[in-house]
Amino acid sequence: MDEPKMKELEELEDAMKARETGHYVLRLYVAGLNRLSLRAIENLKKICEENLQGRYELEVIDIYQQPVLAQGDQIIAAPTLIKQLPPPLRRFIGDLSQTEKILVGLDLRPK
Amino acid sequence: MAETDGQRELSHRQLAKCPTGITGLDEITGGGLPRGRPTLVCGGAGCGKTLLSMEFVVRGAVNYGEPGVFMSFEETAEELAKNVASLGFDLADLEKQKLLAMDFVYIERREIQETGEYDLEGLFVRLGHAIDSVGAKRVVLDTVEALFAGFPNEMILRAELRRLFRWLKDKGVTAIITGERGEGTLTRHGIEEYVSDAVIVLDHRVVGQSATRRMRFVKYRGSLHGSDEYPFLIDETGFSVLPVTSLGLDYAVSMERITSGIPRLDHMLGGQGYFRASSVLLSGTAGSGKSSLAAYFADAACRRGERCLYLAFEESQDQIIRNMRSIGLDLAPWVDKGLLKLHATRPTLYGLEMHLAMIHKLTNDFQPRTVIMDPISNLSIVASNEEVKSILIRLVDFFKNRKITSFYTNLTHPDQLEETSTGVSSLMDVWLLVVNVESNGERNRVFHILKSRGMAHSNQLREFLITDSGIDLVDAYIGPGGVLTGSARLQQEAQEKAAALAAQEELEHRRHVLDRKRQIMGAQVAALQAEISAEEEELQALQDQSKLQHKVAAEEREQLAAARNADSPEVKEGE
Repeated sequence: MDEPKMKELEELEDAMKARETGHYVLRLYVAGLNRLSLRAIENLKKICEENLQGRYELEVIDIYQQPVLAQGDQIIAAPTLIKQLPPPLRRFIGDLSQTEKILVGLDLRPK
Repeated sequence: MAETDGQRELSHRQLAKCPTGITGLDEITGGGLPRGRPTLVCGGAGCGKTLLSMEFVVRGAVNYGEPGVFMSFEETAEELAKNVASLGFDLADLEKQKLLAMDFVYIERREIQETGEYDLEGLFVRLGHAIDSVGAKRVVLDTVEALFAGFPNEMILRAELRRLFRWLKDKGVTAIITGERGEGTLTRHGIEEYVSDAVIVLDHRVVGQSATRRMRFVKYRGSLHGSDEYPFLIDETGFSVLPVTSLGLDYAVSMERITSGIPRLDHMLGGQGYFRASSVLLSGTAGSGKSSLAAYFADAACRRGERCLYLAFEESQDQIIRNMRSIGLDLAPWVDKGLLKLHATRPTLYGLEMHLAMIHKLTNDFQPRTVIMDPISNLSIVASNEEVKSILIRLVDFFKNRKITSFYTNLTHPDQLEETSTGVSSLMDVWLLVVNVESNGERNRVFHILKSRGMAHSNQLREFLITDSGIDLVDAYIGPGGVLTGSARLQQEAQEKAAALAAQEELEHRRHVLDRKRQIMGAQVAALQAEISAEEEELQALQDQSKLQHKVAAEEREQLAAARNADSPEVKEGE
């Protein structure tokens, strides 16, 4: 089996596992530590602490430091939160101040 | 095409220009796009925006050593590479050489949720990274308006776009930003308001079932630019714009003369033929031998070893060659030698602008010194006369600038001989007219020069003969009944010949009579002289006789005196 297929399979397995366990993998892209970045980090931390305690991974990435990652993840707006797992992949742009909307988007609240 | 000194000087005083390397575009802009500034290129779907901007980046990298960034919002790098591979652009290779950085910006609206305030710093970072990775001098954003579909907050978006264009300027990169044409606005989302330096509109129009691509400068701050629409082509070598409209009347003229291919016609044109780089119009009714005259001109050019481009709008290459063989002109060897290019197209094949573009391109590729268009009147099938005229003006100027002698044939209606349907005669330096004259049950061709600028030329009508062995111009007989041609001319010539013969005979006769008279007179003179001498002789005889009588009488007196013993007078005297 070639490598991309292996990777795909792994991803699929991760996704299945994440769905079962309710494990969240989140990535937050920010543009340095500006006003919006700080606000977004603060808002996200709060949401995670209150709703996903113990079952989430959060990676905060500075696009100034990691422009290649930003390109790979198709980042245009900052801040951008990507819900990598569980599927489906979702993107939240902005300072994450609209908590209700995020909870719905993270499938933590019914629509 | 070489930039003229004037243009170069001008562009120095103006904004610095960034050459696009796109055929024709740099000429109409006097050097290229404004350097270090963004240019907006907008137009409808499929009008060539992406290709124009891609060529800008590729030519910059290849021709000018300026690396570029191509940020695409619509097509992936793979798709783009595939699309432009047919033009000979190897994007992967350029990327490998660090001359090109590509970034595909993918926006999936369904995945995105707005959750508060944001900016587009991600875009800036990616663009900045791409620029830095190759040291780009040129940037393309194709098409940035796709952002409007992805980000619903227009206020943020507009503010960010304004910042983006500012940022591009600060970076000092020459940028092309493309935009879809909107209704009533240049771009769908009105991004033209953020680009203040240059705006180019591309257009793909269908008129009379023929599609024509056109380009227009809506804005080009701080630079001279023609406000006309320029036709452009997209073909296997990329984009080419036709700068012909921008040409003025400042071309240098040539004193060199070239033959028309017909000695008698050269003679009529001050003895030396046309001026090089002049424009020659040949008008004529149907079947008056226009193409033949054109073919002779082509043949003459090839004989000089010069390339000739023959644009035929009515006949195919083989047909022309066959027909010219029938009058003793073989063009095939010139075609084989590559001196003559017969390019046959139906005018209806594409629009007028495309014809112009095609002619322009053929001229650039083939580099002829003589161009023949046979006939121009056919072009009005695809466009109005005004348009044809405008195209011809551009063509005439274009050829003159290239020092190309151009020869146009024009089919005229017998009722309007001295006007061209498109009113182009004023553009022409030489205007020849061939008319079919019908008389005595036959049609004959009469040829004359309506005008020929800058040279003494014959005002005479000539009969235009097309025979198995070629074209000839012979003196037409001008009599009380007008110009006589054909058999009437032959008849007249025979009559004249007979009359001359009769006169000759009369003269001989008179001379004969005179000789006779002279002989008679001579004889008479001789007779009279003989008479006179006879009389003289008689007189002499009489004189002699008289002398003798005197002598005899004296002797007799002496004898008598002696006999009478008279005194001798001598004795008496001696006493």
